[in-house]
Amino acid sequence: MSGSVTVARSLDQALDALRSGPDARLVAGGTDLMVEVNAGRWQPGTLVSVDRAPELRGWHRDGDEIVLGSGLTYAEMERGELARLVPALAQAARTVGSPQIRNAGTLGGNVVTASPAGDTLPVLTALDAVVQIAGPEGTRISPLREFVRGVKRTDLRAGEVVTAVRVPALRGAQEFLKVGTRNAMVISVVMVAVVVDLDGHTVRVGVGSAAPVPVRAPLAEEYVGALVDWERARMDDPTGEVAAQFGELVAQATSPIDDHRSTAAYRRRAVAVCAARAVRRAFQEPESP
Amino acid sequence: MTVTDRRTPVRGGVGTSAPRPDGVAKVAGRFAFSSDLFADGMVWGHVLRSPYPSARIRRIDVGPALAIAGVHAVVTASDVPGVNAYGLEHTDQPVFAEDVVRFTGEAVAAIAADHPETARRAAAAVVVEYEPLEPLVDAEAAITAAPIHPDGNVFAHLLISHGDPAATGDVVVEGTYEVGMQDQAFMGPESGLAIPADDGGVDLHMSTQWLHVDRDQVASALALPPGLVRMTLAGVGGAFGAREDVSLQVHICLLALHTGRPVKMVFSREESFLGHVHRHPCRMAYRHHATRDGRLVKVEARMVFDGGAYASTSGPVLTNACCFAAGPYAVPNAVVEGWAVRTNNPPCGAMRGFGAVQACFAHESQMDKLAAALGMDPVELRLRNAMQTGDRLITGQLISGTAPVAELIRTCSAAPLPPQDPAPDPMARPGGSGRSADPDRVRRGVGFAVSIKNLMYSAGFDDFSTARVRLADGAATVTCAAAEVGQGFVTLAQQIVREVLQVEDVVISAADTSSIASAGSTSASRQTWMSGGAVEGAARAVLRRREAGETGEIEETYEHHHKPTTPLGADGQGDAHVSYVFAAHRAVVDVDLDLGLVRVVEIATSQDVGRVMNPVQVTGQIEGGIAQGVGLAVMEEIVMDGGLVRNASFTDYLIPTALDMPEVTVAALIEQPEPGAPFGAKGVGEPPTISSSAAVAAAVRDATGLDLPRIPIRPQDIALAGS
Ligand SMILES: Cc1cc2nc3c(=O)[nH]c(=O)nc-3n(C[C@H](O)[C@H](O)[C@H](O)COP(=O)(O)OP(=O)(O)OC[C@H]3O[C@@H](n4cnc5c(N)ncnc54)[C@H](O)[C@@H]3O)c2cc1C
Repeated sequence: MSGSVTVARSLDQALDALRSGPDARLVAGGTDLMVEVNAGRWQPGTLVSVDRAPELRGWHRDGDEIVLGSGLTYAEMERGELARLVPALAQAARTVGSPQIRNAGTLGGNVVTASPAGDTLPVLTALDAVVQIAGPEGTRISPLREFVRGVKRTDLRAGEVVTAVRVPALRGAQEFLKVGTRNAMVISVVMVAVVVDLDGHTVRVGVGSAAPVPVRAPLAEEYVGALVDWERARMDDPTGEVAAQFGELVAQATSPIDDHRSTAAYRRRAVAVCAARAVRRAFQEPESP
Repeated sequence: MTVTDRRTPVRGGVGTSAPRPDGVAKVAGRFAFSSDLFADGMVWGHVLRSPYPSARIRRIDVGPALAIAGVHAVVTASDVPGVNAYGLEHTDQPVFAEDVVRFTGEAVAAIAADHPETARRAAAAVVVEYEPLEPLVDAEAAITAAPIHPDGNVFAHLLISHGDPAATGDVVVEGTYEVGMQDQAFMGPESGLAIPADDGGVDLHMSTQWLHVDRDQVASALALPPGLVRMTLAGVGGAFGAREDVSLQVHICLLALHTGRPVKMVFSREESFLGHVHRHPCRMAYRHHATRDGRLVKVEARMVFDGGAYASTSGPVLTNACCFAAGPYAVPNAVVEGWAVRTNNPPCGAMRGFGAVQACFAHESQMDKLAAALGMDPVELRLRNAMQTGDRLITGQLISGTAPVAELIRTCSAAPLPPQDPAPDPMARPGGSGRSADPDRVRRGVGFAVSIKNLMYSAGFDDFSTARVRLADGAATVTCAAAEVGQGFVTLAQQIVREVLQVEDVVISAADTSSIASAGSTSASRQTWMSGGAVEGAARAVLRRREAGETGEIEETYEHHHKPTTPLGADGQGDAHVSYVFAAHRAVVDVDLDLGLVRVVEIATSQDVGRVMNPVQVTGQIEGGIAQGVGLAVMEEIVMDGGLVRNASFTDYLIPTALDMPEVTVAALIEQPEPGAPFGAKGVGEPPTISSSAAVAAAVRDATGLDLPRIPIRPQDIALAGS
């Protein structure tokens, strides 16, 4: 029960503090960690608080990429220039918890918790995000699809800190849809992110809560990518068949389960519906103001 | 009502929106709830609970827990000096399990330690050897299954036979309906502080609904005379029925007597879900008979209520469900059979609406089905059969009080429908912040429901309340043990005394068991009538003495009784109830047909209130009750799996947020003074919950065309209905 908190004012201080012992653990917003503590799943040892470490805060552009600090909060993702650059991430952020949670919770915390229901993960998956890590042996990178290894399991090693997540700055529409049994502040039953890359001529999809880890749907992406008129950035789909077929293919890429929140059959259906709606929205004529 | 010699009436009397005396402190965060209690030298209690729904206890070894530094006491069944059992109707629930555990969460031992964390660790260190048994979790099977308790598996079996049981109608509709297990989900977890006294007794500060009945149960378990258990009401953070049963009362008093120190206990949210009763889940098979022109001929129903492991109030809940099985309609013939049974599921008991909620969902679903079969408008069908004063319940009891059912139906259905917003905020569509809706796939639906429920306790229960009013120096003090659980009785007591005595300054003293006799329970929508009546009676007695010329301090105590009732006879006939209250609800919903997500857009309501005592408080009860009704209709359910609770937290037990709460339109408050009721006022707390769930379900059916025989309606019930 003896616990201490070290407030790291830089990345180096955080890395030093993590070396103090095997029971040292990072805390950012604490919105996942404190739930673990309250549920008795983790007994606080040494906590290393990183929300004052400037290297982890904010975001910046780096050429064609956007570098999202691990300490970026949902409130920061929701609005401003970043919300314009990565709209699906902004929309995912808007669905997270309550204003209190969005002010405290961070991108790094969501990625490291690696819950199948983590709301940023489908977006980051669709964007082929890369996780930047600093550790005792220096820095390294890990593509998100390798970093998230299973339900709440990651590639993070002892003493390491996630410093940032890199995503490409893409031209094209982005959509994020989340289904839960309440209209706000709800853990997702499923979620679907669709990202269009007008320059790369790809449509990318990330799905959450429908498999142990967030999944992509390559067959669906190829199917719809081949049917898009990339010059006009339009998808010719007067009957909605293409979108529906895309939805079915996305659902086929998932492996959902029955649990107390929903059933596998519903999740599969909801993924198909959300994916179809997302791709239709991504290619629909912008509504006249 | 009051004859006074004053020219200007006093401010804050009956009928005004007088502010709550505890309102500012609550809003400012200064109000002390029971979880804020503190005493010098206190230690912390914690209860060890069964992880199994059914198991034999082979051995308990508390040694390893006692060996932990900071642990003051560990108590089990063998430490209970009195009767190791409590219960509101039957004392069948052990204070601590002895040889078997019968539900997940049953108390096995309690620990007192210097810190809550130490107490939790000590609980984990107690060695309990269980032999898990196959749990009995199916209520229907429980009727004939081998008994899982010496008192058997049937808490209550009721038959109502009214009129001609062989009567038939030209048009017959059938349905089988289910209601899931709802939780009261109050914000303030169970908590209390027990302080050992020099006289061998104990002072217990506790958030509860009925001080005197708690006291008696604690005294019996501790083998103390009731006078040595002194209870004081601590700040209550919501109740809704879940604080009627004993939770931690005996445990902390026992620990206080063992350690000689004050003991405080606060349930975690998970413990709270495991440690109090829930609304009964049930299955109800119905058959309605009617004439071609839409007159009800007969209602047949068979209801099976799952009471869980211990009796609690299963009997009275079932009685209510059966008595109101046909709803607020005049029905000449009825055959109703009800079962409330014991299983290894969590105990179920009182919750806002108390049996009427389940019955209402079924009878209102049936009325819609019947309207469809008759090709008649569902509102018209209800009007045609609406109960009125002079009609009889299916128990044969004459409705002698007010019954403005037709007025409720007319005013509620006449409220203008909310407009279709051509460009609604995406957040206001089904799915809300998830922005999952496709406007082309959203359908609007409208549903209607009407309800009836009894006020006060029934079936021969000697129900009374006691209050004392003292007038001194131009100010009045009210002493009454009525539990203020948030409903606003403290405000009403002030208003009543102001009205009668024409003094503005009215102080409500602390509710306890030492200063005054019982006020009865804060439940059954009864405190406005019962304790309101006691306060009015005491104030009038004071007034009489003042008017007789007495000066100086005047004090009077008054005990208020309602007219007597009798238990139902063998055929389910009898004058079991005191008074009835009615409400109508119209729900407007938007449904995402493909995802099965629902947004409740508006609830319009008309309610039978007798007299509006305090407009703001009536509105508060209506809005809060509707929130709970909407919750039951579309999201609130304790998910059970083989006797295990799968969602004992607010992460997964979902209650409505501001985005889920509809606009509430009060179409009419019908003020017809109820004979015998103080100021003519009826209780207003329960009706808003009862028919709002049924109205939402009807609206979702209207939008989807689906049967939807179960609440809460889950997204998959809609989205996968075709497959
Ligand atoms: C009421 C409530 C509602 C919620 N709603 C949602 C929701 O709708 N959607 C959703 O996805 N989540 C939700 N969450 C979960 C949580 O808020 C998010 O996962 C959040 O992103 C966690 O971030 P944090 O900064 O609070 O993490 P913390 O709790 O501080 O940390 C979480 C884990 O990550 C580790 N960690 C944190 N930062 C780093 C770093 N830089 N490097 C290495 N390891 C690190 C910690 O050691 C810990 O193991 C909710 C939580 C609550 C309490």
